[in-house]
Amino acid sequence: MFKKIFQYRQFISSCVKREFQSRYQRSLFGAAWAVVNPLAMIIVYTVIFSQVMKAKLPGIDSTFGYSIFLCAGILTWGLFAEIVGRCTTVFLDNANIIKKLNFPRICLPVTVVCTAIINFLIISCLFLLFLMISGNFPGFLILSVVPLLIILILFSMGLGITLGVLNVFFRDVGQLLGIVMQFWFWMTPIVYPISIIPQWAVGFLKWNPIMQIIGGFQTVFVEQKWPNMEGPAIVGLISGGLCMIALRLYRNHVGEMVDEL
Amino acid sequence: MSISIQVSNVSKGYKQYMGRWDRLIEWLVPNSRIRHNVKWVLKDINFTVKSGEALGIIGMNGAGKSTLLKIITGTAQQTTGQVQILGKVAALLELGMGFHPDFTGRQNAIMSGQLMGYSLSEIMAHMDDIENFAEIGEAVDEPVRTYSSGMQVRLAFSVATAIRPDVLIVDEALSVGDTYFQHKSFARIREFREKGTTLLLVSHDKSAIQSICDRAILLNEGAVFKEGKPEEIMDYYNALIAKKGNETVKQVLNEDGKVQTISGTGEAEIDNAYLLNCKGEKVEVVGVGEKVTLCVKVKINLDISKLVMGFMIKDVHGQTIYGTSSYYNGSPLYNLIKGEAVKYEINFNANIGPGNYSVAIALTDSETHLARNYQWKDLATDFSVMNLAHAQFVGCNWLEPKICIERGCFYDCEIN
Repeated sequence: MFKKIFQYRQFISSCVKREFQSRYQRSLFGAAWAVVNPLAMIIVYTVIFSQVMKAKLPGIDSTFGYSIFLCAGILTWGLFAEIVGRCTTVFLDNANIIKKLNFPRICLPVTVVCTAIINFLIISCLFLLFLMISGNFPGFLILSVVPLLIILILFSMGLGITLGVLNVFFRDVGQLLGIVMQFWFWMTPIVYPISIIPQWAVGFLKWNPIMQIIGGFQTVFVEQKWPNMEGPAIVGLISGGLCMIALRLYRNHVGEMVDEL
Repeated sequence: MSISIQVSNVSKGYKQYMGRWDRLIEWLVPNSRIRHNVKWVLKDINFTVKSGEALGIIGMNGAGKSTLLKIITGTAQQTTGQVQILGKVAALLELGMGFHPDFTGRQNAIMSGQLMGYSLSEIMAHMDDIENFAEIGEAVDEPVRTYSSGMQVRLAFSVATAIRPDVLIVDEALSVGDTYFQHKSFARIREFREKGTTLLLVSHDKSAIQSICDRAILLNEGAVFKEGKPEEIMDYYNALIAKKGNETVKQVLNEDGKVQTISGTGEAEIDNAYLLNCKGEKVEVVGVGEKVTLCVKVKINLDISKLVMGFMIKDVHGQTIYGTSSYYNGSPLYNLIKGEAVKYEINFNANIGPGNYSVAIALTDSETHLARNYQWKDLATDFSVMNLAHAQFVGCNWLEPKICIERGCFYDCEIN
């Protein structure tokens, strides 16, 4: 399978290019929209929580403290949500070419993941630029987010492809995902800091794998400290397991998928 | 010759679940009983195609042709059995699939080339060919959404056939597009054949199958029903589409080695058919332009309300060169009684070119043989035409030309 992905690498890269082009080709501002969307969200939350509601991060006095906290969370969540969401529907969205043409179907989710990563990198560059200008750049510590990112991408990919295959056979999966993601977002300390959560709930939230990853990002960017890698390491193992499940499910059902679409 | 496509014991079944929850239960509960029925659309298909050969696949709608092609191209997976293909495959199943409306023809051409597994450099090397063959001019750099469906087909065909494949699979896709491009694309397919490409063609078009294919397969209800020469299979297919209820279809081998197809419900039956010359003698050889009479004797086996007799004269390739019926010429007969005999005499001048011809005769109750088919008999009789009395000519028609020639000095003579 990996050989096939390699064989079709040019196809995948064209697909990614085409994805970006088709998204922005017929709009006047083009790629600017890719940045404006998360920016608007960050502004809304910053204004409401830190200015209107006067929420302060305990222990951090910086004026931008809350904004940085929010960005670290939302950008990472965005990557996760995009991969999972798009992978879930990728086979359905491309039903017409899957039914008519013979090509390695795994290229489709791979394209989705590549697109999401590029999207994430574009926004992250802006974020890093902002950090440098505002004097909050964490320096060498930034390298510690690389393993976190890899774990997050593996986790999202494993989950996304699993749900994507299931969604072909049980369309409820797609419907359910929208609701689950809403709850998941608010059960992850992204908009609010974990310190405002009552103690009993913290023990509960610890089971959230995404919190482990996003918590690491927040530690690096807000507290400018080396993140605790214990939680993410366990998530890494879970991700590996998820990817195995995804691959097995894909292998066993890719043939049947054509009949169901 | 090596084997290019080998299909062995291929079956395809679709799972049908009784209820929505049954699939989930089957997936989740280990060792649960099987909760689905399998609907078999292809049953134990076996055939081989030698490299360079052209095979036609014929069958009614729902016979499993498309599913079979999908399995051969690898788009769908067979439930059991194996397909082996040697070399590069190109399929013209759904031309223009995966074209994105917002991208230019050129970008889409690159994209679909990559989907077929070609590398960017290979496609770029053939880009000029693609543009020249499609003949859509400047439009190649405009978004595909501005294209007419014919232009899309032109571009898609050009891309799919830019690089000569070892195996070419063609569905009825080619019937779209204008006549000019249809001819051009058929010419390209023929050229590929001559260079050794194996061809698999699905069509309802008799002339396409007969003119290109070496062999044909008749698929019926998911199984290979018959395999043989295109002409023989086409005749059988024709009989089969008329087959309803208690009709029978049989093929017999004549003394001359040709296969005769007889089908029908049998209320009326062709007793005898033969050709007479102007002296009233039975003949098998006719001169070009000679006055002849085709006699058809019909036996009525059961009371029928209406009878139409139709005949077709076919050339050696099985192409009909003339056909009509008593519905259009003369009139149908009404209220025939069991035991009656009917004799038709068809007088005509054999204004046809030299060659061997056969006559197919049909007894029906209307102008087509699809409503009620009492009997359809291919190769009911045959005859040869020889040019005995006229000047040398070629072709399947005798037009009796009068050629006038004037000769003189170019400046003096006014040629009207």
